[in-house]
Amino acid sequence: MIVLEKRPQPSRGWSYAAPVLAVVLTMVVGGILFAALGKNPVTVIRTIFLDPLFSEFAWFYRPQLLIKGAPLVLIAIGLSFGFRAGIWNIGAEGQYIIGALCGAGVGLAFYPMETRLVFPLMILAGAFGGWVWAMIPGVLKVKFGTNEILVSLMLVYVAESLLAAMALGPMKNPEGMGFPGSRNLAQYPSAANLELFAGTGMHWGVVFALIAVIFAYIALAKHTFGFHVRLAGQAPRAARFAGVNPGRLILICMGLSGALAGMAGLFEVAGPAGQVTIDFNVGYGFTAIIVAFLGRLHPVGILLAGGLMALTYIGGGIAQSNLGLPAAAISLLQGMLLFFLLAVDVLTHYRVRFAARKVA
Amino acid sequence: MKRRTLLATGVAAAALVATGLPALAQDKTKVGFVFVGPVGDGGWTYEHNQGRLAIEEEFGDAVETVFVESVPEGPDAVRVMQQMALDGADLIFTTSFGYMDQTMEVAAKFPDVKFEHATGFKTADNVSTYSARFYEGRAVQGHIAGNLTKSNVIGYIGSFPIPEVVRGINASFLAAKAVNPDVQFKIVWAYTWFDPAKEAEAANVLIEQGADVILQHTDSTAPQAAAQAAGNVYTFGQASDMAEYAPMPRVSSIIDNWGPYYVERTKAVMDGTWETQQVWEGIGDGMVGIGDITDAVPAEVKASAEALRDAIAAGETHPFTGPVNKQDGSVWLADGETADDGTLLGMNFYVEGIEGDIPQ
Repeated sequence: MIVLEKRPQPSRGWSYAAPVLAVVLTMVVGGILFAALGKNPVTVIRTIFLDPLFSEFAWFYRPQLLIKGAPLVLIAIGLSFGFRAGIWNIGAEGQYIIGALCGAGVGLAFYPMETRLVFPLMILAGAFGGWVWAMIPGVLKVKFGTNEILVSLMLVYVAESLLAAMALGPMKNPEGMGFPGSRNLAQYPSAANLELFAGTGMHWGVVFALIAVIFAYIALAKHTFGFHVRLAGQAPRAARFAGVNPGRLILICMGLSGALAGMAGLFEVAGPAGQVTIDFNVGYGFTAIIVAFLGRLHPVGILLAGGLMALTYIGGGIAQSNLGLPAAAISLLQGMLLFFLLAVDVLTHYRVRFAARKVA
Repeated sequence: MKRRTLLATGVAAAALVATGLPALAQDKTKVGFVFVGPVGDGGWTYEHNQGRLAIEEEFGDAVETVFVESVPEGPDAVRVMQQMALDGADLIFTTSFGYMDQTMEVAAKFPDVKFEHATGFKTADNVSTYSARFYEGRAVQGHIAGNLTKSNVIGYIGSFPIPEVVRGINASFLAAKAVNPDVQFKIVWAYTWFDPAKEAEAANVLIEQGADVILQHTDSTAPQAAAQAAGNVYTFGQASDMAEYAPMPRVSSIIDNWGPYYVERTKAVMDGTWETQQVWEGIGDGMVGIGDITDAVPAEVKASAEALRDAIAAGETHPFTGPVNKQDGSVWLADGETADDGTLLGMNFYVEGIEGDIPQ
């Protein structure tokens, strides 16, 4: 009989092995799924995971990985602090939208003036917008003890409605023949978040994502703030004795994740997307939750997980167009990743023992 | 080099399938499709996919078609189009309004690839636009709806407040008003092209407000299902016939028939005669079809609706014929005057008698 026995300490080895095993399991089960769809599983898995990196057109796909991965990493880094401390900001998608709206609003307000000040101001506005949106559930939790999961999630839908209202009203392109959507910021040089080096996909969002990874690493490993965050998550009572103010920690973690999500939104709207449109948001804020957990809430892990997730999006697109795979199969594959990670995580916290059945 | 190393490994056969031998690819004309929804939506994307299949049927081995479904209208669309162009597509159909700037961007990078953008207004040397005069079908729907309603309340599920949708509302309202002066329109904006849950919710709200006929400009069959559950509520198939809900609640439909146009344009690329154009075709050209009017509609209404359809097809009747006032009471069309295409394409006002505001 198989018995699960709680480990006194989570297994270090398994906590590293779990994501890898989850990826392998996803590939295996995904392969079975693709075989059931009548495709050669080896071809499909290779197309999704290797073609973006090594195929004939890899020079085109590699930059795309950065474009797709940067917002995921930036948002996930912010979320990871809160998640470590047991503060669940599920509404990064909304903070991403509001960040984009505030940043784009600043850019559009300056149009068509050309000055170097515009873009830095937009970044600040983007971060501020995301911060404000995250402060709502944060302050409500601290003052009234509301559930931040519910409030932050519900605010996503409010943000989506605001986005639609902005794209149709105040931010609508006056030269757009009555169609919704703002001016294209990517075509307004002072506000555009273009590639820093042509053909590399490297834009300011990628730079900020990398900086965020480094800062997060230092904060968690070396700084007392990182220590407090970890302590609050692992032993809330001990944290209180150590002088951690829980309310302040909530506000800092919510604010940090909101500001980073808002910046991610700004970099997206000023560059790759270009416009404030009704369906500008495509779920980065939610996917980043998977990325954060897949990366074990560790900055370097998140960087790798963000890259992997971007890979499945881009490889998934290739598989759809070259192999005729349905879009839903790709979404399934991405969902499976988190599912298997959570399942395999049992091994981090529990030990499997084969015990003989005892007679009572 | 990369490709050679791959070929050397055990997955040689798979690599050949995925990347395609350049020599083979040259012989076939490759046609790509970028879809905004899933091909199984039963509406808009379903019909575009039927058009794709029509190309395959017409040209057989001389063409290869590829598609990617559920592509968000933003940077992902750019990537998917670019990937198709790199993979050797000769002609790419981008089948949603929201792909407009993306299509222009990619088309500029690939001057030898032809692009066809549905429902937009921007063209280039290698970008054509095409759309259907759906409003002609709306007039026939409005005629039937005005006759059928007993509560005199007709519900309308709008997708996005863009000219195309506003035009449909106006056309159906004018036709309904012509046969039933007491008719009233209730409009709900769903802010989606395809979201069964939201569409069902919108339909239920309208039914609760007393609507006994529901027109929809969204693509799923969810409103049909909601009407069926409610009982005495009539609906119309949108974009696709939705015949599975006939004879009740679906009493007729507007069918988008893209096949002939897709075949014609593919032929033009094969013959080297493709040129930029802006096409806007209606019932007369066969791009808009009126689905079978069921027996749930009284025989005399069915006859008059078919007469209206034929008159529009023959060019004898224009759905927008004066006298028509704008919502604010100002004169739009004088007695006997018909609307010009420019005004119709940018339509951003309701006609007199419709209550409420277009979201701005």
